[in-house]
Amino acid sequence: MKDYGAALASADTVSVANSSDVVSARQMVRTLAQRSGMSLVHQTKLVTAASELGRNMLVYGGGGVVRAATITDAGRSGIYVAFEDQGPGIGDLDLALTDGWTSGSGMGLGLSGAKRLVDDFDIDTGPGGTTVRIVKWGR
Amino acid sequence: MTDRVPVLKIGDILLVSIQVDLEDQMVMDLQDDLSNRIVDTNAKGVIIDISALEIVDSFVGRMLATNASISRVLGAETIVVGMRPAVAMTLVELGLSLQGVRTALNLERGLKLLRRLSAGRA
Repeated sequence: MKDYGAALASADTVSVANSSDVVSARQMVRTLAQRSGMSLVHQTKLVTAASELGRNMLVYGGGGVVRAATITDAGRSGIYVAFEDQGPGIGDLDLALTDGWTSGSGMGLGLSGAKRLVDDFDIDTGPGGTTVRIVKWGR
Repeated sequence: MTDRVPVLKIGDILLVSIQVDLEDQMVMDLQDDLSNRIVDTNAKGVIIDISALEIVDSFVGRMLATNASISRVLGAETIVVGMRPAVAMTLVELGLSLQGVRTALNLERGLKLLRRLSAGRA
């Protein structure tokens, strides 16, 4: 995935420490997506992915920060969202990305499902924390 | 303390109309409330209206599926009504098929379906 880090300079930010913050984070993403003129189906997929990743970050990473920004590339515009936590990291990334595999009480669709719902998906994980970055392009 | 989703009783049917952006605690509370109300009111059917929900993620999806199973064990049928098309498309792509959950396009059709189901059982 391309580096869109520069876009985050003007990003909206929500700190996630409890489940109502997850709601705030997905509302932030929805607002950006609506403003960018994204189709309703794309918006719904993006916001659903943000909800899964925000919850994952809270449950497995102990919370963190969600940043979202509008980006443009090659004449198209999209929404870029980064989820950053300082949790213990994901031990086996391939396994964590497998449908139905869960280390907790969930359904095991969080990471794998979110990945399917967006256009670009990228994870950095290690003992110092996990960052998940996603992009959904407009129609 | 988080808000709770109201569970309304109409005859032997319980009606839940979700009108707010759900946080996880509300989802879990709703599951408890519904199971208790089914037993307390001897309800034969449950209708969950999700027409106001802009997204259904795996957590809410699991609640809908679990609720359907719990209420069936307690002798009540659950119908989920009003799912938006974009939500349905997203759910399927997410990998949730909501197996075992009965759905209807809207409240009216949901009520008809419940009546038909309970007539079949009587």
